[in-house]
Amino acid sequence: MLLLFEIAKTQMLSRLKQSIIATLGVTFGIGMFILMISFMTGVNTLLEETMLSATPHIRIYNDIGVQKSSVLHEWKQGKQFVNVVHHIKPKKEKKNLKNGFAIVEDIRKDEQVLGVSPQVSTQVFYNYGAIQIGGSVVGVNIFEENKLFDLVSKMQAGRIEDLLTSNDGILMGVGLARKLNMNIGDKVTVSTPDGTLKVLQVRGIFKYGIGAIDDTRSYANISTVQKMLKEDTRYITDINLKLKDYYQAKTIAQAYQKRYNYKIEDWETANATILVSFTLRNIITYVTSITLLVVAGFGIYNILNMTIYEKMRDIAILKAQGFAEKDVLGIFMIQALTIGVLGGVSGLLIGFLLSWWVSTIPFDSGGFLATETFPVNFNPFHYAIGIVFGVLTTIFAGYFPARKAGKIDPVEILRG
Amino acid sequence: MEFALKAENIIKYFYEPVEFQALKGLSLEVKKGEFVSLIGKSGSGKSTLLYVLSTMDTDYEGNLEINGETLTGKKQNELARFRNEHIGFVFQFHYLLPEFSVLHNVMLPALKLGRYQRSEIEDRAYEKLKLLGIAEHAPKKASRLSGGQQQRVAIARALINEPAVIMGDEPTGNLDSANTQIVFDIFRELTSKYHQTIIAVTHDDEFARNSDRIIELKDGLII
Repeated sequence: MLLLFEIAKTQMLSRLKQSIIATLGVTFGIGMFILMISFMTGVNTLLEETMLSATPHIRIYNDIGVQKSSVLHEWKQGKQFVNVVHHIKPKKEKKNLKNGFAIVEDIRKDEQVLGVSPQVSTQVFYNYGAIQIGGSVVGVNIFEENKLFDLVSKMQAGRIEDLLTSNDGILMGVGLARKLNMNIGDKVTVSTPDGTLKVLQVRGIFKYGIGAIDDTRSYANISTVQKMLKEDTRYITDINLKLKDYYQAKTIAQAYQKRYNYKIEDWETANATILVSFTLRNIITYVTSITLLVVAGFGIYNILNMTIYEKMRDIAILKAQGFAEKDVLGIFMIQALTIGVLGGVSGLLIGFLLSWWVSTIPFDSGGFLATETFPVNFNPFHYAIGIVFGVLTTIFAGYFPARKAGKIDPVEILRG
Repeated sequence: MEFALKAENIIKYFYEPVEFQALKGLSLEVKKGEFVSLIGKSGSGKSTLLYVLSTMDTDYEGNLEINGETLTGKKQNELARFRNEHIGFVFQFHYLLPEFSVLHNVMLPALKLGRYQRSEIEDRAYEKLKLLGIAEHAPKKASRLSGGQQQRVAIARALINEPAVIMGDEPTGNLDSANTQIVFDIFRELTSKYHQTIIAVTHDDEFARNSDRIIELKDGLII
């Protein structure tokens, strides 16, 4: 075996330039794979975190739908009747969760849950002079909400505690505040869907970095919103919760669905389109990287094939002198593997250095994302995939020429 | 008298480009220490016979025995091992590995056999080179030597494992008359002094005349 290494080494060193070029092919392929996968997953993680920073892992609410049966259906049933009621409309129904606080207490006992925040939300119009801007007011216990979404870090002005010191205070989204030209202490009149008017005072301004929230939402105390809606103190419309492991959201949501009989929505379902884009991006990354590696594989195949063509006589004489088929196969597989392993390891190194360099490049997201440089993910798993895949490619690319070399018939060559 | 090589009723067909019987059932015996020349016109089957005897060509009928061991029907791997240990080759062209040094080229078959330690193999290879008068070229790259010197290196390489038989396929075919004489003298010395068995295909009548025995082939048969 040692002898095979010796022969492989001598052959490679005598054609050093080609060996280096073949190795660089693998290096480049794996380096790019590492860079691309690290960058892509970095972007995905950042977007996912940004999304989750404003999205509850699970949201429980009363999904008001249309009843599919009418009084007519109850009155006359049976096969001989075909009952048609055209365009059934929903009945006047409250949007609340009927035993909301009991559910909250129940969920609090669940060990998988990190935090629960009951809330009352309603659509409103913000009246700005003669103009009305649509939006929402969400009544929350501000400390519970802070536990879920880290509001403290998102405050642009004011403090969340300021909300508690007044009955009619609100924290306003930064985009909405800009549209309404609001600053701390300014007052705004809001009108609820049933026409109630209420004057609220801005006590703070927050920024999630997500337009859909910053441009429409304000936070108020639960009791403030309950009063606006003329409801009692047990009235809540939504329960938001965060989990310890947010990948469990789907299964936990299903369990709650059975228990509480309200609409339960997990973040993956709520953001299905975004998750699909993550998956597609990952697929593109893998396809591109694999293409790079396959091209590198062809390089190895080519160079080994050429070597074998040139070394036909040497191979024949080795076989005449008693080297078996597997010895010759071994000599060329050693060369392929050397290229694969050297190229792979240096590829990982280059990939790491490039990723590290990219992660230091400043990136201006316009304040929408919580990052100052390009997001890069350093995951050992990707490096493992890189080296395994690189070595597999070279084994594959090397095997066919090596087998051909092993099968060379010395008689044919030596007889001339 | 012991036989180094014994072949019985060897029949060999070629199928490409048309079916053709190259060897028509010939038998021969070579004694230990004998220097045999295989001659005949081109197409007579002498080279074909040599490659059958060398165990590299296994597609034949008949029976082949070298050093008392029957080789017909053995697997390629076993035959490779056997060639390594018991057969030395000298071809018309030297077929040295150009990237390796002269010494290393001679050592390779012995390193493959693995009977001795590396340092001992090196000593033995050096000895063989000395025997052939080219010891001073040992560290040079094989490609830097002249044709006659390269052929002598090839002979040293054939000798390294002390084989039962040395087979030559026109070993002097590519050499000038001075070098032909040198190579012939080496063969002569090997048989007389070291009792080495040699079977060589040759076109050179003088070379053949001076060997111990001439076997002439015609149309796949010995005449």
